[in-house]
Amino acid sequence: MSFILIVEQVLNGLQFGVMLFLMAAGLTLIFGVMGLINLAHGSLYMVGAFAAAAVAGWTGSFLLALLAALMAAALAGAIIEMVVIRRLYATDHLDQVLATFALILVFSEGTRWVFGSFPLFLDIPDYLSGPVTLPGGIQYPLYRLTLIVVGLLVGLGLWALIERTRLGIQIRAGENDREMIAALGVDISKLYTLVFALGAALAGLAGALVGAIQSVQVGMGEPVLILAFVVIVIGGIGSIKGAFIGALLVGLTDTLGGIFLPELFKLVMSPAAATSFGSSLASIGIYLLMAAVLIWRPTGLFGARA
Amino acid sequence: MISERMLNLTVIGGLLAVALAALVLDQPFTITLATRVAILSLAAVGLNIALGLGGLVSFGHAAFFGIGGYAMGILAYHAQTYTPLDLGLFTVAGTKSMPVIWLVAMVLSALAALLIGLLALRTSGVYFIMITLAFAQMFYYFTLSWSAYGGEDGLSIYIRNGFPGLNTLVPIQFFGICFVILCAALYLFHRLEHAPFGLALGSARQAPMRVETVGLSPMRLRLVAFVLSGAITGLAGALFADLNRFVSPTMFSWHMSGELIVLIILGGVARLIGPVIGAVLFVVLEHYLGGMTEFWKIWLGVILLLIVLFARGGVAGLLSPRKVGHD
Repeated sequence: MSFILIVEQVLNGLQFGVMLFLMAAGLTLIFGVMGLINLAHGSLYMVGAFAAAAVAGWTGSFLLALLAALMAAALAGAIIEMVVIRRLYATDHLDQVLATFALILVFSEGTRWVFGSFPLFLDIPDYLSGPVTLPGGIQYPLYRLTLIVVGLLVGLGLWALIERTRLGIQIRAGENDREMIAALGVDISKLYTLVFALGAALAGLAGALVGAIQSVQVGMGEPVLILAFVVIVIGGIGSIKGAFIGALLVGLTDTLGGIFLPELFKLVMSPAAATSFGSSLASIGIYLLMAAVLIWRPTGLFGARA
Repeated sequence: MISERMLNLTVIGGLLAVALAALVLDQPFTITLATRVAILSLAAVGLNIALGLGGLVSFGHAAFFGIGGYAMGILAYHAQTYTPLDLGLFTVAGTKSMPVIWLVAMVLSALAALLIGLLALRTSGVYFIMITLAFAQMFYYFTLSWSAYGGEDGLSIYIRNGFPGLNTLVPIQFFGICFVILCAALYLFHRLEHAPFGLALGSARQAPMRVETVGLSPMRLRLVAFVLSGAITGLAGALFADLNRFVSPTMFSWHMSGELIVLIILGGVARLIGPVIGAVLFVVLEHYLGGMTEFWKIWLGVILLLIVLFARGGVAGLLSPRKVGHD
């Protein structure tokens, strides 16, 4: 258990955390502004990854692939918002859960129909592959470091968008009182489509970025979606800041738990038992974290509304 | 438009008639399909207590379904390998007896529902949906890495468990068991709906403040409903595992939770017969649409979207509308 290993794992946890943040930010934004629970957010992540893999295979350019991911996911988001989601704002959460669950079925099986069941591969471009040496002589993959930086930059950009721009003012006003801003002349349905497309684009970007280190396949968005739910339950639904803190907590707990819990139990048990018990416990670690936060604060760390 | 009572009798009688006709025509596979309908209905009747009567949108009922399945799997596994089950302080022998397995499945899933309910019911709305989902995922990941009982490969049970006096390997006899349990659960649901408890629970859904002012605790009402609901879904899980003679983490998957809600919505929320109609439709779609195209779930998705957007109240609502709409 060396210092280098610990730093590496902390970085891995951060990388996982910022990618979760891209997912969770869209979910929490959509819930905050429209009051909608969107299970199909994971499908938008998948759409982004498939668009990136297809365009990368076609043009060979990673940047074009990322652009395609952003656009495809935003477009898919805007379309489902206008065709389906728009009819759900006034209904209860049960209808929203069902309709977006139905969308998952359509998206997943539709993608399987078009691309087949075999995973696609998205390669890390040459200029981002290979390790980089960090201060202290630690070797770390450049691509993963890039993900951390991109995630933090997007987070910063999102904060600036919401706190410093006119659109941000409208979004914040929409969270507080939608009738009032509609009465003030803001085209609320256009705003909703825009927010939904923005959240979708973030999910698509995360899908493409993570798709390059994992495989691109049908159903890849679902485990991430559920983790993103855990993130926003911990952070407080509707809060971008909460989503950020929650995402880092979940990313670090999941990564570090998988490495350190088995080691910790080796101090008191036989190695085999410690590995099996430790990894079982680590696999449920984030849910235990969620339960602990809920006991302490039922509406999450930064959740205002009950 | 037919009366609700007539609709209930037609659907239940129809399910029994299909199984009996299949017996006469010597079509054992159809009996198995009917058994699948009965078991899925039972799971959804359980969920309907929480979702329909209590208004608790649990997106994690796969947790109880899976616990029931694993209760059956683990007990039968120890019985078929003649190994004792080590519970830490003491050991017990496995069993192949259905009634014992059912009891264990119901007690364990009720216990899990109590723990999950105590945490999840502190919240409401979207939080409740996400938290129940997350806890079901917790069980999913736990069984996935639980190598003692097959991990992600699951557990196969070679011979179906026994019921005193019956040969459960004969399809119609196993159908009979599941059908009788389903009828009992439907009767329980019906009695519950009209009992003081059910009325209080319904009021807690519609106007929790008023319920509190007359001295009842909405939280406690909901918790009891959630535990009862979990126990029935757990029993269905044990039967489902026995039908397939196989358990795996997929019983805990969130698709399972979603499908249980889908069954209720297809049929009609808070309707006694809703889950049964939903299960019939689901199994028929799965079997016939699935036979036509590998991608049948696209069409399930489309049908579901249409029902949510245009036919609120489900099939029961179309066939036998209620005068006063449910919220």
